[in-house]
This record gives sequence, C-alpha cells and structure tokens, in this order.
Amino acid sequence: MKRPLLLIGAALLLLAIVLPLPPIRVYPVVAIDLVCFGLFAVSLDLLFGFVGLLSFGQAMFWGGGGYVTAILLARTQLDAVPALCIGVAYALVLAFVVGLISVRRSGIYFAMVTLGIAMIQYFCVFQMTDVTGGENGLSLSSRGHYFGLPLENDVAFYYILVAVVAISVWLTLRLVASPFGMVLRGMRENEQRMVALGYRVNRYKLAVFTIAGGLAGFAGALYALGNRLAGLDMVDWHTSGAVVMMTVLGGIGTIVGPIVGAGLFESLDYFVSKTPIGDKTNLVMGTIFALCVLLFRRGIVGELLAKLGRRAET
Amino acid sequence: MLRVVNFAHGTMYMLGAFATYYGAQELHLPFYAALIVAPVVVGAFGILLETTLLRRLYGLDPLYNLLLTFALTLVIEDLMRILAGPLGSPYSAPDALSGIVNLGFTLYPLYKLFVIIVALLVCAGTWWIVERSPVGARIRAATENPVLVRALGIDTRRLVTLTFGCGVALAALAGVLAAPTTNVQPSMGDSIIIYTFAIVVIGGLGSVLGSIVAGFALGVLQALGSVFYAPISTTLIFIVMVIVIVLRPAGLFGRAEGSR
Repeated sequence: MKRPLLLIGAALLLLAIVLPLPPIRVYPVVAIDLVCFGLFAVSLDLLFGFVGLLSFGQAMFWGGGGYVTAILLARTQLDAVPALCIGVAYALVLAFVVGLISVRRSGIYFAMVTLGIAMIQYFCVFQMTDVTGGENGLSLSSRGHYFGLPLENDVAFYYILVAVVAISVWLTLRLVASPFGMVLRGMRENEQRMVALGYRVNRYKLAVFTIAGGLAGFAGALYALGNRLAGLDMVDWHTSGAVVMMTVLGGIGTIVGPIVGAGLFESLDYFVSKTPIGDKTNLVMGTIFALCVLLFRRGIVGELLAKLGRRAET
Repeated sequence: MLRVVNFAHGTMYMLGAFATYYGAQELHLPFYAALIVAPVVVGAFGILLETTLLRRLYGLDPLYNLLLTFALTLVIEDLMRILAGPLGSPYSAPDALSGIVNLGFTLYPLYKLFVIIVALLVCAGTWWIVERSPVGARIRAATENPVLVRALGIDTRRLVTLTFGCGVALAALAGVLAAPTTNVQPSMGDSIIIYTFAIVVIGGLGSVLGSIVAGFALGVLQALGSVFYAPISTTLIFIVMVIVIVLRPAGLFGRAEGSR
C-alpha cells in the first residue's frame, strides 16, 4: 500500500514540474491555482480521510490565512514571509477555537457546525469593508518581498510553490504514517475502542483539526500571494464544498489522491468555462461528483490503489 | 428525522417557487391551486430522486448522503439557470391577499398574515403527524430500529420514501409561500439552506418541535437584531448556534443521541 502511494506522489511531483514547460504549457497562474488547491484538499483529507470528520467550513481557514496575509501585505511594510507566517498562525488559532466547539459532535452535525461557524467569518469579512475590501476583495499591487527580494516572476513563484507544497505534503504523509497517525486511523475505525484503550479521542481530533486548519491557511495564503488577491469567494461556503468534492473525487484517506482531485477539478473548471455552457461548471462538476459518490466512492487514487493491491495478492 | 440530511432541501424550496411561477405562466394556475399542486409535483420529484439515487447509499455513512445531495443541488441549480436564466422573475400574490389588514394595534400586509397562518397550521400538522399519529409512531420507530420494525411487517423502505417525499413537499410549500414575497430565482435556495441547517442544529436533529420553535424564535431574534444593530442580524443565527452547541451539544430539544 505504501509504495504505490509514493510512486503516485512522485509522478505528481514530476507532472507539477513539467506543467509550465513547452509541451504542456499551462499558464503559470493556472498552475499556481492547481497546486494551492491541491494542498488545500490535502488538509481536508487529513481531517475527513483519517478521522472521519467532514468539515464543510474548511474555506474559513483557507480564506482566513489568505486574507490575513493579504491584509498585512497591503497595509503594512512587512516582508511576505512573516506575513505568511502570521496568516498561518491566524488559521491555526482559529482552527483551535473552532475545533474546541465542533469536535464534540461528529458526522453530519460536525459538517453543519463547521459550516455555520464559517458563515460567521464570511459575514465578518463581507462587512468589514475598510479592512477587507468587502465585496471587491483585497488586491495586492505586488507579491511583496521575500527576505528582501521581490518575486514577481510567475514561473519562479510557481517553482518555489511546488517545492514548498511538496515538502508540506511529504510531512503530511509522514504524519499519517506516524504513531499519531495510527491513533487517528484507530479512531476512524472504532472510536469506542480507542476510548476504552485510554486515548483522549477529542484531544486527538482537536489536534488534527488544528493542523488541518493551519495547512489550509497555508495553502490559502500561498493562493492569495500567487493571485495577488484575497477575494470574498475564498471564505464562501461554495469553496468549502468544492474542496470536499476535490477530496472525495481524488480518493479520501490517500493524501495524494486529493491533489489529483484538485488538479482534475480545476482543469475541468478551466476547460468547461471555454465551452458554450460557460459558467455552468457546477452542472458538470455536480454530475461527475454525484457519479463518484454513487459508483466509485474510493475516488480515483483509492480505486487505483485497490486495483494494485488486488493484483499484488494474486 | 430520517438521519438523512438533504442538502438539496433549499433546491426543493426553489423548485417549489418555480413550479408556482411556471404554473401561473403556462397553465394559468391560480395561487391557491399552486399551494397544493407545486408541493405534490416537487414531492414526487423528491420521491423519484430518493428511489433512484439516495436509496443506494443507506447502508453507508450518512455523510455520503450529504455529499450526494450537495452534488444534486449544484446540478439542479445550474439546470434551472439554463432553463430560467439567472435573474429570476417576479410573481405576485392574488389580489384577494394583496391588501393591508388592520390588526387593531398595527397595520399588516394581508399576504404576510396569510403566510403566518398557513405556516403555523402546517407546522402544527407536521408535529401532530410525527409525534402523535400512528404513522408518525411508525416513522419514528423505523428510524430508531429499522430491523425490528421490518420484522413487525412494516415496509420501512416505503415509509422512508414517503417521509422523504413529504419533507420535500414541505420545502416546496415553503417555496410557494415565498414566491410572491421574493424574486423567484435559481439561487434562492442557496442562502436558505445554510440557515435551515443552523436552525436544525439549534433545535436538535430529529425533533420537529425543536426545529419549529428554533425557527420561529430565530426569526424574531433576527428581526430584533436588525432593529438594534443591523450588521449583526445575518450572523446572529450562527452565533446562537455556537452558543447552543457549547451549552447543549444535542440541541435545545434533541434527545441525547448515540453516534451521529
């Protein structure tokens, strides 16, 4: 199970590296979106795939991290790196507080509670026009300085981004393979047993929720920097829904699967928007996603792994 | 109630409103007839969805249901956008209900009064059916222990389907009632579903009375909030939700449930 996963991860990394190069030539800005959403979906998978908690408000961390970073860059003289760190810190703290409230519930309740809390932040961002730019979002004139150096070249930014995201994903893979990750799996499979074994289940849930929130915040901050924009759609619940679709489509509990899902989702979004049905992307996404839920619930990578596993047995 | 969370509920609400609108446009269906026809039509559509799609997922984690209905919401909404255009259409209430009535202490639009009365009647009716009637007893039993109920010779599948259809019909009825007061548009279900979720969380899942009380109380609260401090009125409901979750995790009227 472990080796094919690493292989897929390596293949993805390779694909990410060649993406803006001549034969494929994806616009760097589009590629930046792909990679950021990939990391965002990974954060959701950490939560949903390994603890079984489906957050329908994950965009609050993504948007929160993005907005805080963008606000710091737009309104202060801060270097982009500390701004990014503060953005992530905000997402971590927010996730900790929200986690305190929401991990008491599981299943559908958990989804609704995270969604509700995300709405509070949405309305705050929407109404604090003088800080966040309200409906217009907050656009940045530049990506800021990184240890004193500017980074306006899209391709250069993209490659740094790929490196940073690859390291984050690798760390996440390490995390779920660690004893801590084993406890999480145990909780997903049989929560009562883990309680009986003496694990403080809610503390573990809170820890994962916080980590996942920080990861989403990190992805969101990178996204805001990449696009030089923190828009209202970043905190909207539709984004939370989209990332859930990416994760499930790619394969929950596989960590690299959601990246595939995010890539597929974003590229579909890109291509459908060029066809005559134009902005009706939800129609296509919704149909694909419904089929996915009905027919292949393990997701693309999940099914792939299952196939490989079956072949290894025979 | 059924441990089935229908993300598409807001969409059904929207469809109810559209059924009313098209009923009037194409078939010259009067408003009072729409009150009955639209819920029946949309309810039938809901039953179709349940038997063809949702039923396949009952053995699984209820979260998959949430995901599927979420997907359906996206699809149906975009389909309506193609059919009807994104902007929406006005629909006016019948003349007999469009006046203003003097309640003694205040003047009030007759139509809103009518909506309140219908809503109260329907709420009371639903509560009575679920909590007091023999059919309701079966529904509650079927959600609590489907295996035992089936052993007693009751077709739980049909019961679930029927209940689902009724739930959808109620959402559509709400859509019909809302049609004259708001613009009929494809995204109208979108915003309401989030509020509905919050209300159900506050009231307690599976408690009809809880949802009704929470719904009305929050309506009042929101109105008061907008009088005293306008920016907070939209957020208030979610803040209340958080407070309720902290103090009473099962919701105000929820029975302490096992898992999920």
